[in-house]
Amino acid sequence: MDGLKPINLSPRGSDTAHSLAWGLIAAAALIVGIVVGSRGLKDFDPALISYAGATVFSAFGLGYRYAMWLRRPPTRLYWFRGWQIFLIPKRLPGNIARLVRIFWNNVVLQRFIERRSKTRWTAHWFLAWGCLIAAAVTFPLSFGWIRFETAADNQQIYRAFVFGIHVASFPLDSIMAPLAFNILDICAVMVLIGVFVAMWRRGRDRGAMSVQQFSNDLLPLVLLFAISVTGLFLTASTHLMRGLYYVFLSQLHAVTVIFTLLYLPFGKFFHIFQRPAQLGIDFYKRAGEEGGQAQCIRCGQPFATQLQIGDLKAVQSALCIQYAMRDGTHYQDVCPACRRKNLALTQDALWRTPEAELQRFDRF
Amino acid sequence: MSERAFYIDYSRCIGCQSCVQACAECDTHRGVSLIHLETIQRRESVQTAPQVCMHCEDPICARVCPADAIKKTPDGVVQSSLKPRCIGCSNCVLACPFGVPRYQVEIDQMMKCDYCYDRTSVDKKPMCATVCPSGALTFATAEEIQRSRRGIAINSWKFGNEVVKTKVFVIVPREVERVNVELVQISPTPSALSDDPYDVALMLESVE
Repeated sequence: MDGLKPINLSPRGSDTAHSLAWGLIAAAALIVGIVVGSRGLKDFDPALISYAGATVFSAFGLGYRYAMWLRRPPTRLYWFRGWQIFLIPKRLPGNIARLVRIFWNNVVLQRFIERRSKTRWTAHWFLAWGCLIAAAVTFPLSFGWIRFETAADNQQIYRAFVFGIHVASFPLDSIMAPLAFNILDICAVMVLIGVFVAMWRRGRDRGAMSVQQFSNDLLPLVLLFAISVTGLFLTASTHLMRGLYYVFLSQLHAVTVIFTLLYLPFGKFFHIFQRPAQLGIDFYKRAGEEGGQAQCIRCGQPFATQLQIGDLKAVQSALCIQYAMRDGTHYQDVCPACRRKNLALTQDALWRTPEAELQRFDRF
Repeated sequence: MSERAFYIDYSRCIGCQSCVQACAECDTHRGVSLIHLETIQRRESVQTAPQVCMHCEDPICARVCPADAIKKTPDGVVQSSLKPRCIGCSNCVLACPFGVPRYQVEIDQMMKCDYCYDRTSVDKKPMCATVCPSGALTFATAEEIQRSRRGIAINSWKFGNEVVKTKVFVIVPREVERVNVELVQISPTPSALSDDPYDVALMLESVE
């Protein structure tokens, strides 16, 4: 594809210093957001300060890791190339329309996981949406961005405020009330369904069992289970046990949530932030297909887009992968099938020394 | 006795496809065969070549992966892409010097031979090596290989100026220390090029 600017894959400066700076920027931006969004902490609930504090740390970790991830040459290339292609003015309207469609299929419905396995999809869909809806409620609550209060003139009316602005009211006997009060319980049940299906799969699938690791595959499920169950305990204590052990249970719940927030940037949950890159790849592939095709220098057949082969060579150069051949060709211009055939022919040629040919002749 | 390792000897392959069938039985990718079996020049030769993942010490597929989705186990096995991370860009498919990873369009993910990790991690043979009748794919100790083969087993390769060391060995003549890969072109013999549209080899080539 013509007109795309080259991307600097070896940026100057220390990776660690750069990433630390982005981590600090992310944490500072969140603190500013909390202060401004809660109207100078007027709407900030001090009871939730431990959640907000852990989220600030998490923002630092996410900023740090994301920036470090983008320092890797291949990631850096796709990040900038993806945005270059997406923002080409004449392609932008079509790209936005396509983005909505692939967002619906890949993020909302998660169809690509369904094609891997129905069980995996069931587990992931419930886990993902249980977590995302819960996050959409609890993060703004703990930041003081949303708050609820009863109307001053009518105790039966509940009012919702976003950034201090009144956005909705609903009577306590309406359908909205139980939904609003129990949304986190609903999320907890969704997450628990996901956890049970995932554990069931991980306990039966011999392939998964052979490669799964506790820290990467099981700990996230344990954490989500702990958060959901301790959250449901709070509801049970309130409605079924007259508030018995409520303080202890709320502290226990806080510990599980805070631990998960601290784990967020460093463990499996980081894929939530990496995954949108898949949307960028879709635009990259489409742009490449509209351009020329790279032809294998051995068989002459097209095997990839010229855009990707050119970019891959740039990445390899940044990574000091030296595929330039002695005869002036480049190994990256050989298609994967020809590479495999070439290996067998190379090994075959090693046995075909003049001495070996003579020996073979002597047998007759 | 030393630990068992994987040995590949392309020249022994008889193209029986047993490995292709057995590979699909591996529990880590049930129903999907990930081994490659190439027919080198169908109209002229019966030569075939199997290709498993060579499990490089410093895998190029992992280095060019933008999603950091390809990981090595502590025992040196380069695993298939991590499902939560792989974004289906195919960098690994195009960059692997051995042409091993496959991009599975329907699930938008890279999959590759993972040394039958469900089996080899408990000291069982990989599926392909279990069924290979000619010894082109062998899972054995160094002593067994020394005793039964004419050549020696090496695991050092050179592609251009890139030196690659692998966990999987290849059998070569005794004097060879490293496989220097150059492009080997074999031109078809004109007499082998049939114009007959019903030529079986020609038809099979078009299927491939």
